[in-house]
Amino acid sequence: MIEFRQVTKRYDSDHTALRAVNFHLDRGELAFLTGHSGAGKSTLLKLIMVMERPTAGEVIVGGQKLNSLPRRQIPYIRRHIGVVFQNHQLLFDRTVFDNVAMPLEVMGASPEDTGRRVRAALDKVGLLKKEKMNPMQLSGGEQQRVGIARAVVNKPPVLLADEPTGNLDPELSADIMRLFTQFSQVGVTVLVATHDIALINDMNRRTLTLNQGQLVAGGGVSGH
Amino acid sequence: MATDSRQKPDNRRGANRSRSLLSDQARSYLGHHRKVARDSIQRMWRTPVASAMTWTVMGVALALPVALLLLLTSLQGVSAGWESTARITAYLAMDLPAEDARGMAAEIESDGRVVSVQLVERDQALADFRASSGLDEALDFLEENPLPHTLLITPEDSARSAEGVQALVTFVENMNGIDQVQVDLGWLQRLNAMTDILARAVWALALLLGAAVILVIGNTVRLAIENRRDEILVAKLVGGTDAFVRRPFLYTGAWFGLGGGLVAWLLIQVSLWWLSGPIERLAGLYRSEFTLQGPGFDGALALIIVAMLLGWLGAWVAVRRHLDDIEPGDIAGG
Ligand SMILES: Nc1ncnc2c1ncn2[C@@H]1O[C@H](COP(=O)(O)OP(=O)(O)O)[C@@H](O)[C@H]1O
Ligand SMILES: [Mg+2]
Repeated sequence: MIEFRQVTKRYDSDHTALRAVNFHLDRGELAFLTGHSGAGKSTLLKLIMVMERPTAGEVIVGGQKLNSLPRRQIPYIRRHIGVVFQNHQLLFDRTVFDNVAMPLEVMGASPEDTGRRVRAALDKVGLLKKEKMNPMQLSGGEQQRVGIARAVVNKPPVLLADEPTGNLDPELSADIMRLFTQFSQVGVTVLVATHDIALINDMNRRTLTLNQGQLVAGGGVSGH
Repeated sequence: MATDSRQKPDNRRGANRSRSLLSDQARSYLGHHRKVARDSIQRMWRTPVASAMTWTVMGVALALPVALLLLLTSLQGVSAGWESTARITAYLAMDLPAEDARGMAAEIESDGRVVSVQLVERDQALADFRASSGLDEALDFLEENPLPHTLLITPEDSARSAEGVQALVTFVENMNGIDQVQVDLGWLQRLNAMTDILARAVWALALLLGAAVILVIGNTVRLAIENRRDEILVAKLVGGTDAFVRRPFLYTGAWFGLGGGLVAWLLIQVSLWWLSGPIERLAGLYRSEFTLQGPGFDGALALIIVAMLLGWLGAWVAVRRHLDDIEPGDIAGG
């Protein structure tokens, strides 16, 4: 589902964020991406989202080579990729419902369809009763779950998370991880960037480790 | 995943199903346009003072050239009217009897270069002057009629060139019993030249003010884009196309245009109403048919459409310059 072939990313002439990275993630696989701060985790996720383009090598998502993807096509790729960030990027000028509905709105889903799917997603993260609230009224953990609901509302085959548990306590983090596991069980490929070693150890999953932009572990064929 | 872009609920019923899906999509596309249009109006209402100011600036900038254009059209109507009746006025000698004047009129009329000759006898001329000048009482002091018989000569179209008219004037001047000959053409040409210059000036002004309108709207929309930066980032992040992200701002521009167009129309109507009295009196003094033409329904519609187009264009410029730069690259965190 996600494949990196000799991917190198250089931001400016002398600074290399990723060096010749190779790996392959299957459909329904849940993997962690770890490494020190500045190791290149976010950069790797941005390449999958086509927020950045690789300097060399090839990124392939769902059989589609992203290098040759024209700019016009980028939105359509992003509709297949759910993303969750540490700073959950919720909009505080609208309700929880409207936040979660955004991926459906950009696709032009009908109101009935939108209502049904948004409620299903909110139900999944246990926030069905708070759909009419403003995200500002929610706790950090709840906000993060709204972000997750938004990421999965259009049932994308790929889910990316960048430090999704960054400022949550361990119990809430475990909750979030449970959600991710459930998504991977229904066939979603999940890649979670985190430097929370305890969490990774608890989960006992494939772990891609970056060091100074080089993939030093987890690059081989998955073995979970 | 790249094969099936939309999660279609099911594809079991083939053609029927896909046709209804298509119409569903068209409906939701239109629905989205409606929603965005409504939403951008509501946003405008939420800042009434700022919006009203933008409308007013736009209205003034639009009203000025449009008012001048209307004035110009009215002026051109006047000169066109004169042109078709461009004529030579011949004043006969004071002591010429009416009988002879009639004879001269007939003689001139028989010339091939002349369409018609109208004889205004001196008594008639005095009565007309009395009626139009308002100098009734002053005229009472005169012992005798100071006005001569007058011939109003309308030349044939072909003789209406400068040389043709000149030849005709010479011919009439050389007749016996003619005191003086006047031609309207001289200052008609001057008026035409003036309206030509004025027309160019007005169009130049219209162009400049149109550009100003685009810049004003562009700047307003730029601020709107800044205010909604987060929303734009998220929309792009979840797969909103450029068209989707631009749409609310283009509507905003068009609505500003609509407001500006309405304000401009209102300003023009009020000025027309305010000026119509004095202009009527002035035109009456010159015995002219001149009236200041309003924009009418078609003109008002055209004004509003042009205003909306300018607003849309301004928004488009701002969107091209500022919106396409906003890429969610930097929000993922480092
Ligand atoms: N937009 C950017 N421009 C220049 N350098 C960048 C940019 N984004 C990240 N970097 C650099 O690339 C390296 C990897 O960054 P990042 O992928 O954010 O690491 P991580 O998420 O693992 O902390 C860092 O050294 C960072 O300074
Ligand atoms: Mg990072």
